[in-house]
Amino acid sequence: MEGASKKRGSSNVVKYNKWGYIFLLPFIIVYGTFQLIPFVSTIYYSFFENYRSGLKQIGPNFIGLENYHSLLSNADIWKYTENTFVMWILGFIPQIVISLLLAAWFSDPSLRLKGQRFFKTVIYLPNLIMAAAFAMLFFTLFADSGPINAMLTSSGILAEPYKFLANTGSARALVGFMNFLMWFGNTTILLLAGMMGIDISLYEAAEVDGATAGEIFWRITMPLLRPIFVFVLITSLIGGLQMFDVPQILTNGKGAPDRTTMTLIMFLNNHLFSKNYGMSGALSVILLIITGILSFAVYKFTTNQENYG
Amino acid sequence: MKKKIVSIMLTAAMTATLLAGCGQAAAPAAEAPAAEAPATEEAAPADEAPAAEEEAAPADEAPAAEEEAAPADDTAAAADEGSVLNIQCWNEEFKSRVTDHYPGYEKVDDTTGKIGDVTVKWTITPTEGNAYQNHLDDILPTNAEAAADDKVDIFLVEADYALKYINADPAVAMSMDDLGITDADIADQYQYTKDIVTDANGALRGLSWQACSAGLIYNRDVAKEVLGTEEPDEVQEFVKDWDTFTKTAEDLKKAGYYVESSVNDSYRVYSNNVSKPWVDGTTIQIDPNIEKWVEDSKALVDAKETNTFELWGDDWNKGFYPEGKVFAYFGPAWLINFCMAADTEGSIANAGRWGLCVGPQSFYWGGTWICGAVGTDNPSLVKDIMLTMTTDKAVLKEIVEKDSDCVNSPSLLAELAADTSFGSEILGGQNPYQQLADGAEKVDMSNISDYDQGCNESFQTAMKDYFEGKVDYDKAVENFYTAVGEKYPELSH
Repeated sequence: MEGASKKRGSSNVVKYNKWGYIFLLPFIIVYGTFQLIPFVSTIYYSFFENYRSGLKQIGPNFIGLENYHSLLSNADIWKYTENTFVMWILGFIPQIVISLLLAAWFSDPSLRLKGQRFFKTVIYLPNLIMAAAFAMLFFTLFADSGPINAMLTSSGILAEPYKFLANTGSARALVGFMNFLMWFGNTTILLLAGMMGIDISLYEAAEVDGATAGEIFWRITMPLLRPIFVFVLITSLIGGLQMFDVPQILTNGKGAPDRTTMTLIMFLNNHLFSKNYGMSGALSVILLIITGILSFAVYKFTTNQENYG
Repeated sequence: MKKKIVSIMLTAAMTATLLAGCGQAAAPAAEAPAAEAPATEEAAPADEAPAAEEEAAPADEAPAAEEEAAPADDTAAAADEGSVLNIQCWNEEFKSRVTDHYPGYEKVDDTTGKIGDVTVKWTITPTEGNAYQNHLDDILPTNAEAAADDKVDIFLVEADYALKYINADPAVAMSMDDLGITDADIADQYQYTKDIVTDANGALRGLSWQACSAGLIYNRDVAKEVLGTEEPDEVQEFVKDWDTFTKTAEDLKKAGYYVESSVNDSYRVYSNNVSKPWVDGTTIQIDPNIEKWVEDSKALVDAKETNTFELWGDDWNKGFYPEGKVFAYFGPAWLINFCMAADTEGSIANAGRWGLCVGPQSFYWGGTWICGAVGTDNPSLVKDIMLTMTTDKAVLKEIVEKDSDCVNSPSLLAELAADTSFGSEILGGQNPYQQLADGAEKVDMSNISDYDQGCNESFQTAMKDYFEGKVDYDKAVENFYTAVGEKYPELSH
């Protein structure tokens, strides 16, 4: 008897499992077709010499790790990695500072900010503009004889137009600034969601104990916000590593000046444009490894301090 | 209720982020195909179309087509030919020429037209970053197997990369013999326009209606003020070679003018007068005359006698107006007529204050060649379009009158040059045709290579950093090699 009931029980489980799998099927099919197969074939093709010379297709010929060797032995890839990071940090630091500040203000019940909804929408708006259009706009604004230079020269601040896009510092800063503008609203909303999840009685208790606003922020808000904060950091890092559209459009795909705004993905795009699939496959794999290592490191570093007093 | 609205708004915002995130991540992958995506959907893979059955033996298609082309039926398409004529190009130019001048062409909408019963489909893919060439590379080699309505019938090429398609093995552009065009048909054309599209075995595989010899286009008012004359022959004395040109630049600078809008203006003048091609075998080489461009240009930029703008940008365009303070541009007839804002009130062109002289060295710029694609199912129509657009004197004359192109017909240009009543309004009544005709005779196209477009584009980009003082010359050359290596992995230096 006992065996029979057990059997019936387990068959019920199997029956429900079946539905689980069926409901998962669409995801698995889509994932397999658009993610897994391309992913595996990218790795596979990275071991081949496979490009087009004029109208002739060269390869695919198996060449082992030759693509990786030629990529890694060339200093260029490290330079593009550095470019990518510098521009990401230039955008991320102001982004996280402003977002934290805004989120703290929005979530602080004692401030009773008016028109919160309006501002939340407004700061989000830049993200709704296509990055390409945004970059095009900045390209025009900061052109050598564009409106910004015209204002600076006519108001006597500059004697002659400053070539924003021909100087490494200003070109990178522009990319950073645009990424900041586009993403700080999004980050604010994420952080705000995290802060609103914090129990309000903790703040009240702290206030009763006489804590200052700064103390409340650093000792209550930040520690409890950590999971969301880590999420923001890692997604932004991955997004930063994949930075492409803004610098691509702003510098017309050239990464000017002196290839100092050339990001890793722009480099990848150059290879793809000449249909050099082997080399771009290898570059994608390297990118995957870099992203993996960095995400792991950030995750470890930020969650290790979980056991605070 | 209010809360609901807020939450819906937030949710919408979050969803949008998700999508935005997707867009960003997918952008690099999507970029290449998007840029290559043709304006119409005719690039559909060959195997998708059921019509493929009708041509059980695609390989036989081309020879069969030749037989059809042979009969002396050169006015209309043969009845048994394809119903769709596909034309690949990179801008509107040829489309507007055909629309305006090809007898019997009817415009349907922006990317389609009709010639008799045949539908004409235009596919426009921009040139930049090799997008147009990559698109051709994808479709031409398999053109013979494509479904009848998808077959490319005509594609256009520029001199910068014409050889790549002319010398392709197996051929992708039909030879004049295959099309049934004889030497006598095209006797009245400039030799250089034929040299560019003649393959290694001497077969001609394309035709052009333009002879794009070019010159120095100067601002008459500035010439009068600084040089004391506005007559083309006298101004020529001030720009007759590069040393004199540089000296004149100093005088112009003192008067507050830039000698040219950008260093990239003079690039083609130097690059047309090279003594060796960009690529020898698979080795990239930099010609002394290109090095001279770098040297001269660096001096001009350092002296603030010109700028480093990219051609076609808003900064570069400023000189089309008196406030731009630019003395001269280098360019052919089409630049004067289409690109210099002649229709805009207040521009120099609108006031008719440009002049044209030869400049330091003869050169040409641009020009479009019409090629019949191997595998076409409309060979007799292709032949007729090529002949009508490039040899029919009445059509060429119309093109001169309506579009002011410098056409590929020495005899017509001679007539125009002799016509004292003719004068270009933009050039202040000057008749430029004698000079353009002389220039076309002098163009020497023996040093072109398959890789010219990518090399020219990358070289100018790389040198900009040097002119701006951001890197030294060696570093700029190295950046050039890197960029070319990305475009053409098989090349070395």
